[in-house]
Amino acid sequence: MNETVLKKRKFQMTMLFLGVIVLTYLSAWVTDYGFVSSLEAVPGAMVWMASNLLVDGEALGKLPDIMGKLIETVFMSIAATTIAAALSLFLAIMGSKTTMVNRAFGAVSRFVASLSRNIPVVAWSLILLLSFGQNSVTGFLALFVGTVGFLTRAFIETIDEAALGSVEALRATGATYWQIVSKAVVPQGLPQMVSWVLFMIETNIRSATLVGILTGTGIGYMFDMYYKTMNYEVVALITITIVLSVILIELLSTRIRKVIL
Amino acid sequence: MQQITRQPTVIRRTRAGKINIRSGNRVSLVLRSTLWTLGALTILAFFFFDYTGFRPLQAIPETLYNLKAMFLEPKLSHFGWGEAAMQVAITLGLGALATVFGAVFAFFLALGAAENLSVPWLSKSIRVVVAFVRAVPTVLWVLIFAIAAGLGSEAAVLGMLFHSVAYLVKAFSEAFEEVDPKILEALRSTGAGWWQTVVHGVLPSTFTYLLSWTFLRFEINFSVAVAMGAAAGAGGIGFELFMASGFYFDLREVGMITYMILIVAIVLEVFSTRLKSRVYSAG
Repeated sequence: MNETVLKKRKFQMTMLFLGVIVLTYLSAWVTDYGFVSSLEAVPGAMVWMASNLLVDGEALGKLPDIMGKLIETVFMSIAATTIAAALSLFLAIMGSKTTMVNRAFGAVSRFVASLSRNIPVVAWSLILLLSFGQNSVTGFLALFVGTVGFLTRAFIETIDEAALGSVEALRATGATYWQIVSKAVVPQGLPQMVSWVLFMIETNIRSATLVGILTGTGIGYMFDMYYKTMNYEVVALITITIVLSVILIELLSTRIRKVIL
Repeated sequence: MQQITRQPTVIRRTRAGKINIRSGNRVSLVLRSTLWTLGALTILAFFFFDYTGFRPLQAIPETLYNLKAMFLEPKLSHFGWGEAAMQVAITLGLGALATVFGAVFAFFLALGAAENLSVPWLSKSIRVVVAFVRAVPTVLWVLIFAIAAGLGSEAAVLGMLFHSVAYLVKAFSEAFEEVDPKILEALRSTGAGWWQTVVHGVLPSTFTYLLSWTFLRFEINFSVAVAMGAAAGAGGIGFELFMASGFYFDLREVGMITYMILIVAIVLEVFSTRLKSRVYSAG
């Protein structure tokens, strides 16, 4: 490593930092963001949270209702993720360079995945809300569509990583395409795929809250309702139940991941 | 003598008489039960759904018709192209602010959370706090800040910041923990202080990873910012999307806005994939 390399690296770092600072100022200008006022807002916000977000007896009376909606939301996320995983597995096998049948199928499946992943879940829920109306199915479909795109990308990476050697080995023995997929690709990638599915369930419970606010379903709708009527005790209780359920699922999936990976 | 008295190995067989090669394998047991549980819960889920006003026979053709109007005849009607570009810029700006601030905070917190650079109690407590913050959906943070700090970009950025920090602390601290212990030992043996080990040992060997994680978070924050515009009134293209679909019922405008979001998201994704592959090929 000579002096010019070090100098060049230093120059690159300086440019990067300058770029980030310019970008930050530009963003602050575009969004009308005040650095000082946001710094000032934080302590006030903390005090407000500490004094207003307190669960009281009246709020606890709403717990059965909240639990009902929470269970609906959790189930919605699990169902959306699992069914999306099944479709994603198919799309990923079609889309992965290791296992694809032909180029056309591969391109189509990657295109579908990219479309479903890059259109935000918000846009999907607003689009679906127009025709499916205010019910769980809308939320389920919005989560489902977004999850398919993400899981397909993750599964393609998993297949490419895990199965390359064994696919070649099986092909050399004269195994058919379906034998290769069912005996090598799926079993080898399965632990990693299950791990992705578990990760996606966690993410989807959080997204389900957002989707719920927009489509008027599940726990998100409940939050929105009490938020708008300024019943912050119930808002706090709902937040706590969401946090607990997410943490519970995270702990559970960490334990499962430890065994299978 | 010992060998003779030893019990023969029990060979477990399936009912058909084949040797059961899977028995006693904890991994496959857990894997199978996870899959079965997920399958069962999925079927169960459909009994818990609220089906108010759900008419699939009407809704499916209607969705197809709507999708056709949206994606084949997109058109802006309530605002012009300049305004649209401005709204996209606002959304990008919100995402960028949350990402830049998030990365800075996360860097310092991750130093405290990494087990090889910190003391156990500090690392544990940062992890617990971060896990809690991450479990609260971003939209709830934004809405809570909106009451506490007033509506506007400040509330949106602060709310998004919380989640970004929590996400990046996890990613950064894992990167720090993978730093070769020899590098740290070598630096410590020369008498380097804690900051010197961080600046000259940890930072150079993880910088590209940190950059790639941060950019990935920017990609996520863009779609989060769209969501915050729609659900929390944070402004930007997400708010326009919400107005077009919820107030004007203007499908063609929804389509156009969706296209704009899609293009930005794909550009970001391509960029972050490039960055990631460069990082991995270099490391």
